Amino acid sequence: MPASLLWAVDVHGRVYSLSSAGQQWELGRDAPMEFKRVTAAQQCCWSLGCDSSIYLNVFASDLPVRYKEETYENQRWNPVDGFSERLLPSDRWQWSDVTGLQQQPLHSFQLPSSSWEWEGDWYVDENFEGEPTEKEGWTYSIDFPSTYTKDKKWNSCVRRRRWIRYRRYKAMDTWAKIPSQPMSLPDPFSDISCGGWEISEEPGDRLSLWVVSLQGKVWFREGICHHNPEGSSWEEVPLPGEVVQISCGPGDLVWAVLWEGKLIVREGITRDCPRGLSWAVVECPSPEVGAIHVSVGNGVVWAVTKDNKVWFRRGVNSHNPCGSGWISMVGEMIMISVGLHDQVWAIGCEDRAVYFRQGVTSSELSGKTWRAISAPRDGERSHSSASSQQSAGRFFSGDVQAQSVVSDADSDVEKGSADGAIFTTPEPSLGSPTEPPSNPAVDAPKARIPKVTSDSFISELVSDRDQGKPLKDVPSVTPAVLEEEVIPADGEEIQLCAEEALLSTESRGGPQWSNVDLEEAQTGAVLDLAETCSLSSVTTFTLTLEDGAEEHPMWAWVSGEGCSVDSSSQLNWFSSSANTTSVTQSVQSMSLSISPAQTAAWRRQIFEQLSERSRREMDDFKHYEQAIEQSVWVKKGAMQWWRDWKPHKWIDVQFAFEQFSGPDGNKDGILFIYYNYNEEKKYLHAFINEVTILVPVLNDSKHTFAIYTDERTKQRWPIRVAAATELEMYDWLALLSVSCCESRGIQGPPSKQAIWSITCKGDIFVSEPSPALEAVPYPTPCDQMFWRQVGGHLRMGECNSAGIVWGIGYDHTAWVYTGGYGGGFFQGLASSTDNIYTQTDVKSVYIYENQRWNPVSGYTSRGLPTDRYMWSNASGLRECTKTGTRPPSPHWTWISDWAVDYSVSGGTDREGWQYAADFPASFHGYKTMKDFVRRRRWARKCKLTTTGPWQEIPPIPLIDVTVLPCGAQSSVDTIPLWAISSKGDVLCRLGVSAKTPAGSSWLHVGTDQPFKSISIGAAGQVWAIARDGSAFHRGSVSPQNPAGDCWYHIPSPAKQKLKQVSVGRTSICTVDENGNLWYRQGVTPSYPQGSSWDHVSNNVRKVSMGPLDQIWIIADKVQGSQSLSCGTVCHRLGVQPVDPKGQQWDYGIGGGWDHITVRGNAMEPPRIGLLSQKDTAPPTSSSPLPIGIAEPNGTAVC
Amino acid sequence: MADDKDVLRDVWFGRIPTCFTLNPDEVTEREAEPYYLLLPRVSYLPLVTDKVKKHFLKVMRTEDVEEMWFEHEGTPLKWHYPIGVLFDFHASNTVLPWSITVHFKNFPDVDLLHCPTNSMVEAHFMSSIKEADALKHKSQVVNDMQKKDHKQLWMGLQNDKFDQFWAMNRKLMEYPTEEGGFRYIPFRIYQTTNDRPFIQRLFRPVSTEGNPHTLFDLLKEMCPDALTKDGEEKRFQVVIHGIEPLLETPLQWLSEHLSHPDNFLHICIIPAPTD
Repeated sequence: MPASLLWAVDVHGRVYSLSSAGQQWELGRDAPMEFKRVTAAQQCCWSLGCDSSIYLNVFASDLPVRYKEETYENQRWNPVDGFSERLLPSDRWQWSDVTGLQQQPLHSFQLPSSSWEWEGDWYVDENFEGEPTEKEGWTYSIDFPSTYTKDKKWNSCVRRRRWIRYRRYKAMDTWAKIPSQPMSLPDPFSDISCGGWEISEEPGDRLSLWVVSLQGKVWFREGICHHNPEGSSWEEVPLPGEVVQISCGPGDLVWAVLWEGKLIVREGITRDCPRGLSWAVVECPSPEVGAIHVSVGNGVVWAVTKDNKVWFRRGVNSHNPCGSGWISMVGEMIMISVGLHDQVWAIGCEDRAVYFRQGVTSSELSGKTWRAISAPRDGERSHSSASSQQSAGRFFSGDVQAQSVVSDADSDVEKGSADGAIFTTPEPSLGSPTEPPSNPAVDAPKARIPKVTSDSFISELVSDRDQGKPLKDVPSVTPAVLEEEVIPADGEEIQLCAEEALLSTESRGGPQWSNVDLEEAQTGAVLDLAETCSLSSVTTFTLTLEDGAEEHPMWAWVSGEGCSVDSSSQLNWFSSSANTTSVTQSVQSMSLSISPAQTAAWRRQIFEQLSERSRREMDDFKHYEQAIEQSVWVKKGAMQWWRDWKPHKWIDVQFAFEQFSGPDGNKDGILFIYYNYNEEKKYLHAFINEVTILVPVLNDSKHTFAIYTDERTKQRWPIRVAAATELEMYDWLALLSVSCCESRGIQGPPSKQAIWSITCKGDIFVSEPSPALEAVPYPTPCDQMFWRQVGGHLRMGECNSAGIVWGIGYDHTAWVYTGGYGGGFFQGLASSTDNIYTQTDVKSVYIYENQRWNPVSGYTSRGLPTDRYMWSNASGLRECTKTGTRPPSPHWTWISDWAVDYSVSGGTDREGWQYAADFPASFHGYKTMKDFVRRRRWARKCKLTTTGPWQEIPPIPLIDVTVLPCGAQSSVDTIPLWAISSKGDVLCRLGVSAKTPAGSSWLHVGTDQPFKSISIGAAGQVWAIARDGSAFHRGSVSPQNPAGDCWYHIPSPAKQKLKQVSVGRTSICTVDENGNLWYRQGVTPSYPQGSSWDHVSNNVRKVSMGPLDQIWIIADKVQGSQSLSCGTVCHRLGVQPVDPKGQQWDYGIGGGWDHITVRGNAMEPPRIGLLSQKDTAPPTSSSPLPIGIAEPNGTAVC
Repeated sequence: MADDKDVLRDVWFGRIPTCFTLNPDEVTEREAEPYYLLLPRVSYLPLVTDKVKKHFLKVMRTEDVEEMWFEHEGTPLKWHYPIGVLFDFHASNTVLPWSITVHFKNFPDVDLLHCPTNSMVEAHFMSSIKEADALKHKSQVVNDMQKKDHKQLWMGLQNDKFDQFWAMNRKLMEYPTEEGGFRYIPFRIYQTTNDRPFIQRLFRPVSTEGNPHTLFDLLKEMCPDALTKDGEEKRFQVVIHGIEPLLETPLQWLSEHLSHPDNFLHICIIPAPTD
């Protein structure tokens, strides 16, 4: 999890941030003024200044915020001037938007605010629907409005062209004032809350910002999105009352507090209507003591009442935004902030420390205890412990100085109240959610609840007032952690009350209660102030600090909405002595450089001494006899086997593995499967050194794995066995994997030449190529390649021969290979100790809701008997209900609820439906007369946590990555690495080298449209595929100019949309959306764009070109002994400089494979006889000079 | 880049070249040839000396044969110490091969335990493992194992099967990451200057302040004399598996990687050679 920030404002209005990986509060030094409140998202932070203006701080990112302005220049032909700007009176504007209705001359475009700057000047777009146009960029038509073509015809009377200019948001990492609305600025703002980023399709793409004005009105900021971080305008939201505070969760929850202490909940918030439709009123936890603060998360609501009690709302979710009941929580807080993953922060009411709620998990949303964050502030010395600060910290409001005498008297911990109640253990009463606690003190006419904890946890006096809670004056002795036990039984409250009553009778009254009266008096004085300002405690919190108070930070506001931590996060926020784990954790440095422990002198010393010992004690005595003779070791177990003959089914078998030492000292073994066939005992066996791969196949019904040999790879029919338990399966897998590796003499991490492949389940396999793999004419058959598994979970990966391997997860997270091996289920010996880290991945599971139209009731879930299941998978063949659908394997856990998925190809209507004439047919996103069926897709996210030799590269999510393929011996300093972000931006990674494979930062490369695939070949040839399916070549990429200078548009093969590209040493191959593999002809050093696309093959899903121009693909529809298999690794045979397209395919492991990268295999094949070619020069991509670009006839030139 | 797993292999496959000679006092029918053997450091003498016994019995009369025992330069060798410990403690700085004298008479009952069968060794070995796990995990791991798992550990040692042994032993080496190590480190310190056979006390891998303990910390508490003081010439060597790890080596790491199969870290403190 990348580091993210917790924001807070202290009582002086200074803004601080605390990194989830950091240990101290950093002061925001460039703040233009004091701030009252902050509200943070992950990509930006909004704040409310003391001038009641709104400020925005967009965090700097390698990915710039850019916005494309565009306008059209329209011209009409006349016989005199030819094409000219003179249009007919009925025509559109000479400069207009795309529809022609809006006049848009170039000079009318203004920067929206001073936070923006132009990237360059206006230029003409020369790309028309994926095709390059003539130099001028004109597109022609008969008349406006019509369809345009790029070619001028005899009847072309009008033409137009598109002008483009980019503007860029420049106010990164500074507080930029949001310009006030020119016409009518709402009265000064008093509260601010942002959220709502999860209801948009792409997380973080859109943001909802809600503000409250001093008059209690609520405003919504329209139009905040990724390319417009400031938003466009304020829209007032009608209200049932006057609001004092509002909170917006990351999803569709918005709650607000009314002036009188009631709560209102926004209903009808959807992705189409982020503002929502109406308000619903929720009673506050205790009617006598109204709420003053509320904070909402994804599925939780926390509130604070005027007596500073903390409340947790049960049963809140998207479908029931109001929730079902209140639960009283321990602790006395002035405000609360719910962040990502529903984690909770709060500010203690006595010590004004920031508390973090520990133990909040998805199953226990209310958490366990409050723990004070004791991180020192920027420039402050570290405090030894939180509690000492808090006991020292005592503060008084300026208005009630008179009470200082009393507070001194209070310093004994045991105190009682005359008319109040005592809460012994501050217990939440889970029993009666909506009912107010029947507290006798609350029922008292002058409701005043001073309370004291008898067990010295909290000693505090709180007076309850009808109008808010303007001032507080409490000396405090509070420990860092407020312990609490949850009593989950109903009726518990009665007991509690009895206990309270009992205790209150025991409690002694005292003169110290005079301070309550004093406070009461003061309240009247400041009441006006409180009314004109906000009613919550913070804005009126004007303090003069006494000496002691300087010693610890007194916070006024905290915002955790952008802080991504969860209950398992290791935080260094708490006093270091109390937290030994954070110490050990911090040793594991996040950087990819070798950890200090690994380079430590003691470790080196041990390695050296051990090898010295072997030399001393063994080298001269090798001829001595060994004391113990090697023998056979057998492991047996009961398993099930998917039998080879029809009907196929699982049968019980005895599974045995015999390991022995071969004559050369290598271990070898045999696998036996003993089964009964017609009452006859038979067995099947496989030699361990013939096993080519072991594939775990974990589904929710069986713990199975598949064993392949080369013969079984050919047949596409592995030995499939199932173990009784998952543990047993992994025990076997680990043992067999180790034995397979040992029998082949493979150990340690994969070599730099390794070929990496990834299955459709995200499992990662590597194979060590032999030099003969690419030999001509007799290469090692592909099905004899031995694959071993590496821990982790990826969707795709890319490697090169410098040992750099990057991967991308299903959730678009980028990962870099750390040089370790093992992880996952490989424990102990099969796994390296270092360089193994936790890896997570998130993906969506989809099911379809199908409906058929009938004349009576319209669309219903009652289909025809012949129809598919009304809840099904995509094909409709399998029933998939919301409740019955489980995550893909036991390793995945649900992390969200089912939600309608609108991002379906073909589009959907507002409710997510797609229509068609009948099942199965092609669906479209709108209803026509001929449509009788409809379906919509539901998505639910699940998460996997595993371990592997991978480290995350935050923060930009990627969809494609490519690394320059180097020659085997090249010593390149920095290795070009390009990637495409999930938004389609092209990025160039800086600082990547063999020593620092993660690189340092991204360089953004501008494009006119989003891209989806990219590849860099030798000599810096960068090719990319845009979303419209056309190809682009990047010019002038060199070590001096790593990002190149411009894109050259290359049309796709006729009527095909390209989807993926891979560039080797000189060859360029692409795959289109119909599964065709294309080879680029005519690429020369002087004309690197090439001339035409040559068809190579069909049924191709993905291609990977090696540094020697090897062609490897993932192929679909490969014939096996039983059926067609999809997703098979294939190798192109006969690829030579004279025949770069090769001759035929050799089929390897599959199906179920999704990805392969051979870009590390720079091993030159052995040269055999006649075919030795002088022109297969080793690729020396280290040199900036283009090398060996193939001429059209296929002979390489050097 | 060497990995920590390589250490386990190096430790397991450590061998001591040994020359067994028959005690000249034994009555033989003809002259006994010395017998040369590579002894696994991590094993125990009774497990690896079948060949030795066979070799010398060839020249002896059956009636002259009592229980076999070994001696090095006058010191009887305790079979219940790992071979590597015996070598490091008694013969560290001698010339290789290690010369061991084989006796078939006059069993020194005062110094040695009798070892009629290998099941004695097994019982001793398993009780060591259990004792070590009691220190490391309050016996939780070893108690969770089945009988066959225990057998696998023993068979792994007896048959010199590294994989077989470590497939099980790794479970004994696990610990919750948040605790930073075992509960206590199972160790034994052997000293020449002490009358007691060895020092074994409770010692945690992590200090109360949360810092990992090192070999230095352990020695400072257990036998401060072994440490070389400032300005003083080195008097003692601290030897584990025939090497001298730096004193700043974390104890937890040592326990995980340089323990013997019995899960104890055997540390020998021997006088530094004076050359």
